[in-house]
Amino acid sequence: MSDIAERVKKIVVEHLGVEAAQVKEEAKFIDDLGADSLDTVELVMAFEEEFGIEIPDDAAEKIQTVGDAIGFIKGTAKS
Amino acid sequence: MFDLTGKAALVTGASGGIGGAIARALHKQGATVTLSGTRAEALEALKASLGERAHVVAARMDDPADIDRLAKEAEAAMGGRLDILVNNAGITRDNISMRMKDEEWEKVLQVNLTGTFRLTRAAMRGMMKRRFGRVVNITSIVGVTGNPGQANYAAAKAGLIGMSKSLAQELASRGITVNCLAPGFIATPMTDVLTDDQKKAILGRVPADRLGTPEEIAAGVVYLASDEAAYVTGQTLHINGGMAMI
Repeated sequence: MSDIAERVKKIVVEHLGVEAAQVKEEAKFIDDLGADSLDTVELVMAFEEEFGIEIPDDAAEKIQTVGDAIGFIKGTAKS
Repeated sequence: MFDLTGKAALVTGASGGIGGAIARALHKQGATVTLSGTRAEALEALKASLGERAHVVAARMDDPADIDRLAKEAEAAMGGRLDILVNNAGITRDNISMRMKDEEWEKVLQVNLTGTFRLTRAAMRGMMKRRFGRVVNITSIVGVTGNPGQANYAAAKAGLIGMSKSLAQELASRGITVNCLAPGFIATPMTDVLTDDQKKAILGRVPADRLGTPEEIAAGVVYLASDEAAYVTGQTLHINGGMAMI
């Protein structure tokens, strides 16, 4: 399962051009990592592609931190 | 200049006079085109005349499910790409406002404005990923000047201009441009039905003293769709023989 966390963090680093050390689970995409609203949409698209899942809009809106993303993806992978 | 080789384009309303000319022009510049509209026979005939690099996906712009299907099938037909979207589909239900029925108002808004938004939204995802997109919305001179008997059509076409400016600002940083092209009076089957008196009255307001041709509209679309127009976004290109200078 930590594999999921690593893959999520890698996508965030690549997409937002931030240092890996900044990408902590509590880091907020917009407030802490400098993402704009379009970046968050693109991150969700990248997660969907990487993990072969669909993240519905209402769920996507709740994903505000790196940890939120990891948690959602883990939850989807289990079900 | 304006080479579109390798680009994938979707043109709605391609069975009409202007839409057909747009599809031909994009194709001539080297693009692969998907022709959409409601009249499948006319679309197939156009496809046959274009030869290679042409596909048909018929769809109704008043049906959300059909619009999503159109975006998916067009992308699939063109090797998973959709670089250029020309929202040309449009209808009229003319009536003076005092007599305009709710259905006439709603139908025109639904097809011309809401349908265009839905299709553009569906196409955006892939354009964002590829960091390239050209959206050209065919509006109308009457969306800027108004026209008696066309409150619904003018509202929808003006709506397209505001919508395009908003999308342009949202998407500019991703290499996607969103522009409008506003034709004046163009010689098509739609204007063929006008009487000579009506045509004379219209031409009295056109400094160029003639109707425009669909090819003159298509040339503007080719420009807005090109790599060369990368720095043009949120604009409305008026092609109207000088009928309105705005």
